[in-house]
Amino acid sequence: MLFFIGRRLYQAVLVMLTVALIAFAMFQYVGDPVANLAGQETTLADRELLKERLGLNDPVLIQFGRFIANAVQGDFGISYRMRVPVRDLIAERFPATLELSIMSAFLALLVGIPMGVYTALNRDSWLSRSFMTLSLIGISLPTFLIGIFLILFFGVMLQWLPTFGRGEVVDLGWWSTGMLTSSGWRSMIMPAITLAIFQMTLIVRLIRAEMLEVLRTDYIKFARARGLSERSISFSHALKNTLVPVITIIGLQIGSLIAFAIITESVFQWPGMGLLFIQAIGEVDIPIMSAYLLLIGFVFVVINLIVDILYYTIDPRLRVEK
Amino acid sequence: MSLLEIKDMRVEFPSRRGSVTAVRDVDFELASGEILGIVGESGAGKSTIANAILGLLEPPGIMPKGEVSLDGERIDGLPIELMRKIRGKRIGMIFQDPLTSLNPLQTIEEQLVETIRVHLQLSESKAKKHAISMLDQVGIPEPDIRIKHYPHQFSGGMRQRVVIALSLCAKPEVILADEPTTALDVSIQAQILDLMRKLVRDTGVGMIIITHDMGVISEICDRVMVMYRGDVVETGPTKKILGNPDHPYTQSLISAVPRADKRMDRFPLVEYIEAAGTPHKPIDVQNHWLGGARNFGKSENEFLLSVKDLEMRFTTVRSMFKSRRRYLKAVDKVSFDIRPGEVLGLVGESGSGKSTVARLICGIYKPFAGQVIFDGTDLTSLGSRREVNVHRRQMQMIFQDPFSSLNSRMRVVDIVAEPIKFHRLASSNSEVLAIVDDLLDHVGLGAAAGKKFPHEFSGGQRQRISIARALATRPRFLICDEPTSALDVSIQAQVLNLLKDLQEELQLTMLFISHDLPVIRQVCDRVAVMRDGKLVEEANTEDLFNKPQNEYTRHLLELMPRLHSHAAK
Repeated sequence: MLFFIGRRLYQAVLVMLTVALIAFAMFQYVGDPVANLAGQETTLADRELLKERLGLNDPVLIQFGRFIANAVQGDFGISYRMRVPVRDLIAERFPATLELSIMSAFLALLVGIPMGVYTALNRDSWLSRSFMTLSLIGISLPTFLIGIFLILFFGVMLQWLPTFGRGEVVDLGWWSTGMLTSSGWRSMIMPAITLAIFQMTLIVRLIRAEMLEVLRTDYIKFARARGLSERSISFSHALKNTLVPVITIIGLQIGSLIAFAIITESVFQWPGMGLLFIQAIGEVDIPIMSAYLLLIGFVFVVINLIVDILYYTIDPRLRVEK
Repeated sequence: MSLLEIKDMRVEFPSRRGSVTAVRDVDFELASGEILGIVGESGAGKSTIANAILGLLEPPGIMPKGEVSLDGERIDGLPIELMRKIRGKRIGMIFQDPLTSLNPLQTIEEQLVETIRVHLQLSESKAKKHAISMLDQVGIPEPDIRIKHYPHQFSGGMRQRVVIALSLCAKPEVILADEPTTALDVSIQAQILDLMRKLVRDTGVGMIIITHDMGVISEICDRVMVMYRGDVVETGPTKKILGNPDHPYTQSLISAVPRADKRMDRFPLVEYIEAAGTPHKPIDVQNHWLGGARNFGKSENEFLLSVKDLEMRFTTVRSMFKSRRRYLKAVDKVSFDIRPGEVLGLVGESGSGKSTVARLICGIYKPFAGQVIFDGTDLTSLGSRREVNVHRRQMQMIFQDPFSSLNSRMRVVDIVAEPIKFHRLASSNSEVLAIVDDLLDHVGLGAAAGKKFPHEFSGGQRQRISIARALATRPRFLICDEPTSALDVSIQAQVLNLLKDLQEELQLTMLFISHDLPVIRQVCDRVAVMRDGKLVEEANTEDLFNKPQNEYTRHLLELMPRLHSHAAK
């Protein structure tokens, strides 16, 4: 087990180094950092000074080393436009995105898995047919459209829920959370649903397809022939076997929830990283972009590690004996 | 009163294009302590009967007519909850493939204890004790340790024992065994059959064994019921059915079983099987394309193929350090020679390395050490692709599984034409098509088969397509890797007849790999026996079967089911 995790960690570090290289290359080769910082009336001497201070005259390898050392400590430099350390910007925005993503991941799993199981077990009932039709709509409707509809109905027409922002947040010092106030929760509902719908429909279809596959296997037939209850067959035998391949995709999907919440965040003006990133792209704010890249890479690596460990605990065939 | 009684059973599978009747008006009885065999070829409806008894027909299957009575009580049409109390508790079932019939994510203990506790009112710890004693009863050594293991930690034979323990653990009165030994090696098969016989004797259960294998029937059954396309054609005591069958289908089925006791030139032609058709226009091989560029055995070399000290290793434990790596020697210093026009049989149980040898010879694997000398050239030393292709053209392979060895998205004509085009053996496209038509006709499919896709053919017909494809490069040497082990006996007889005809006509040299000794006896001139990657004995076929020298060969021969000698008794 330890050996297994050790090897996965080693691979994770390699992946992170590669991502760091790309992020670093952005600094180096996309635009000139000095030109971004300096105004029109900065003299040539001042520019040289700036270059020296930013360490841009050192060899590339040393710069890369410095970049990594800083990144490990959470220092991603200073935003070109906002003149604030990127770390503070991210610390301010990251909790918003993470809370939103985790909320919608929960929503997608909590609704998607039972729906997938139900549609696989009762293939021909009218309820599963309508679930499948709905999921088709969910997969094909663009996220922003769903968001705008929700705003129209529940925000504008019914006036039940706030249409933008996070509501009141409570600052815990290192984390600002909206989960402690009722206005925070109410603001969360619509963005979370919007973000969850696509994942949910994907999970329904995935679970259904895998489960149908598993239900056809010999061990399910044999379990039936032994007179085990349908409940035990469906849940403890079939569902567990279904989850093995599904976990990978669900893991990656949760990663992409965090990484690509951008559209939802823009629709609801959610003060998360997606919004920050979009602004950064518009303004060619490279430190923010590269920090975002590193952070998302890190999120994916962590999720993959968790998926691997889950695999290992669920599937005994991976635990090869020596 | 009999234990299990089936009356007038009819099973239908309705579909849009009308309903298919899988089982028609079947009647039979089973007594306690009796073993009834249901035999027939695929599509005969034998498994459907077992599923219908347990109410486990695959949708959309239905049983519109018939009665199933257990101990005098009707059990068909019971509500699902009551039916569950019969499944496993009163009627147990054993499935064909032990590798897939256990849940891979649960330990043997979890699966046994759950089943036991569903049916017998036992506490967790008593259920566990019972589970261990069941494992002991089916002959699993150290059951108290093994019970903690997962299915993948058991070998195929051991897994089938676990499956049997699972079916028996609630002490059922009837056991339905659906092809219980088909996926196993002969020596394991013998052990499992012994075990089943012993269980029936000790516990007095009634057992139905469903099989396509006449050998299994002759070994274990008291009575036999023969089925053909949903109908029972004949029922009677084993000795009578095997020795003196009344129905022509039974007669043809038995004549198609390869004889272990003597070699016959051909399998007597069997009626009642799918129309294979004889070629419409016979090919004169001396003048036809197929016979061209072939010096008909007049090779300068004494041996067409020589294998010298062939070795193959697979890494089982990887490590950065050489000393910590572990290898499995799949093929260990194997040497043999094949003369032009000779058929060499390679026999062994699964894992003996026989298929690996085939793959090494045709270059799918690169050998770790040793030489493969084909017509005087050492193939392992060839460098360029072109040189390799020249030899590869002369060497073709026919695989075991007729379903996965043909590309399902290509038409048959393209499948057969591909090697001709690749090796540029014909000058124009129209010539290629003419050759393909002739080939398909020659293997008994008819030229019209070319327009279809592989899925439109049965297993035997697909194997004929594979043979046509192999012939399309005008090979001198054919490697047949278990070419008939996925086929029904009568189809096997036809395909073997075809291979024999082609071999004589084209003077092909063949390496024929099989686990089935009677088949080897019918087809091969010489036999080599493999065990654990080593060649243990090599002799002329008749010598090997009459006076085997090696201990292991003798053991294999003893295990071979002797249908014909049994019937004669």
